[in-house]
Amino acid sequence: MELDEIQKRLLKEVADLHKVPEGAYNIRSNGKSVGRASTENIEIIPREDGQGLTVKIKPGTHNESVHIPVVMSKSGIKELVYNDFYVGEGADVVIVAGCGIDNCGTQDSEHDGIHRFFVEKGAHVKYVEKHFGSGDGAGKRILNPGTEVYMEDDSFVEMEMVQIKGVDDTTRTTKAELKKGAKLIVRERLMTHGDQKALSIYKVDMNGEGSSADVVSRSVAKDDSYQKFDAVLNGNTACSGHTECDAIIMGNGRILAVPGLEANSVDAALVHEAAIGKIAGDQLIKLMTLGLTEEEAEEQIINGFLK
Amino acid sequence: MLELKNLSFSVNDEGKDKEIIDDVSLDIPEGRLVVITGPNGGGKSTLAKLIAGVEKPTGGKIIFDGQEITDMSITERARAGIGFAFQQPVRFKGIQVFDLIRLATGKQITMSDACEYLSAVGLCARDYIGREVNSSLSGGELKRIEIATILAKASKLSVFDEPEAGIDLWSFQNLIQVFKNMRENISGSSILIISHQERILEIADEIIVIKNGKVMDRGPAKEILPKLSGTSDITPGCEKI
Repeated sequence: MELDEIQKRLLKEVADLHKVPEGAYNIRSNGKSVGRASTENIEIIPREDGQGLTVKIKPGTHNESVHIPVVMSKSGIKELVYNDFYVGEGADVVIVAGCGIDNCGTQDSEHDGIHRFFVEKGAHVKYVEKHFGSGDGAGKRILNPGTEVYMEDDSFVEMEMVQIKGVDDTTRTTKAELKKGAKLIVRERLMTHGDQKALSIYKVDMNGEGSSADVVSRSVAKDDSYQKFDAVLNGNTACSGHTECDAIIMGNGRILAVPGLEANSVDAALVHEAAIGKIAGDQLIKLMTLGLTEEEAEEQIINGFLK
Repeated sequence: MLELKNLSFSVNDEGKDKEIIDDVSLDIPEGRLVVITGPNGGGKSTLAKLIAGVEKPTGGKIIFDGQEITDMSITERARAGIGFAFQQPVRFKGIQVFDLIRLATGKQITMSDACEYLSAVGLCARDYIGREVNSSLSGGELKRIEIATILAKASKLSVFDEPEAGIDLWSFQNLIQVFKNMRENISGSSILIISHQERILEIADEIIVIKNGKVMDRGPAKEILPKLSGTSDITPGCEKI
């Protein structure tokens, strides 16, 4: 597999990969697959149209991982891919996705990935998704991930979604349907700068008794950027849901948090928390009394907040 | 070490200037543990903030180690060798105890280096080093971590603003021991504590009494303390500890 320096750097940013990963993987670069491997328990099948993958994880698969990073280093590419994950009963796996775009050109580069997860009874999935943009061209770096999660009884999905730098425009839509005893945890970390825009939309339906969802977003909006966090939890039975938006605004940054809770059962327990504000002055002062400059103090506070 | 010359700080209160610190001149010599005490609202905490640079004086000068620092920023003063422990420690989401201690030392340190500072304030390092400095910590825990950052910074002048505020009796007992230990290793540095607590006043080399923004009295602890005992200016130590 041949990757140039930019592609290698993007891979490192989005998947912490320095070389070809162990286990099952597919690496997509500039619109096509440049490397793929299945294992005994995890099969990666390309879709016939070339625009995506079907990943089948056998029941009972343990301690295995799937890496499916996407890198784009050419200006002017626009793609839409569909990846379906079938996670077999009782499996316990880590799925690492992510997209890095380096755009030095004048045309926009866009990657829209639709990920669907079909998580069978009792299966555990840890899903990690990192988005990163670089390059100083006038062309925008656009990422619109769509994630759908269908969770069977007593399944567990933990999603860690990170977009820290360089993506100009993003609309992130996550939908989940939870059956009996299913548990969903989402940790989102988002930072926007310049005149970037990021929308993050969640819709979680808790349909099964004893299901639970915890959606927590921590975000920082700098410069003239804009973010919208729109999280709807529907409690349709005895279930528990919690959503939280904790955000720091700097410069002319703007954030709109729209938490939505809908309890359709008297036994649904739903909570939302949202807090938006600038960095507290006493936090800056404390770090300055330790010898940091105001800029260094800000950096430490934000790094910690998004860690 | 530290010299305040005709230091004043006034605020505008309903159209009238109100002197919070009124023409205060004093010096903190090297190798001394000095406690500033006095009634609430007398200007003690303001004085500590003026020394650390958190507030800017409206008159007078501050000289530190022979250098005028009146116009220096908080950062410059910190780098010049002034440490400041907050009366109400600050909480940070995401920043861990280890991060804060590392930042205080100003260099790359190992976990075991950081653990020493935590042990010194009576915290079991293993339980705390990876904790976030957030609202999951109690007031007493935060206070001890705050003091650990001051130990880690190892300043020429360490200023503590009411270290006893907001801590439980058990922590307070440990706190006295921390200050006693600092007192033993004071050479080349000084400690300034703002406090009402008799037990802290007892370990002072010198006591300064501030009231209505002015220095009312100062001298060796054994001279000043008997004058204060029984007045509302200080809180007596609990006889049980």
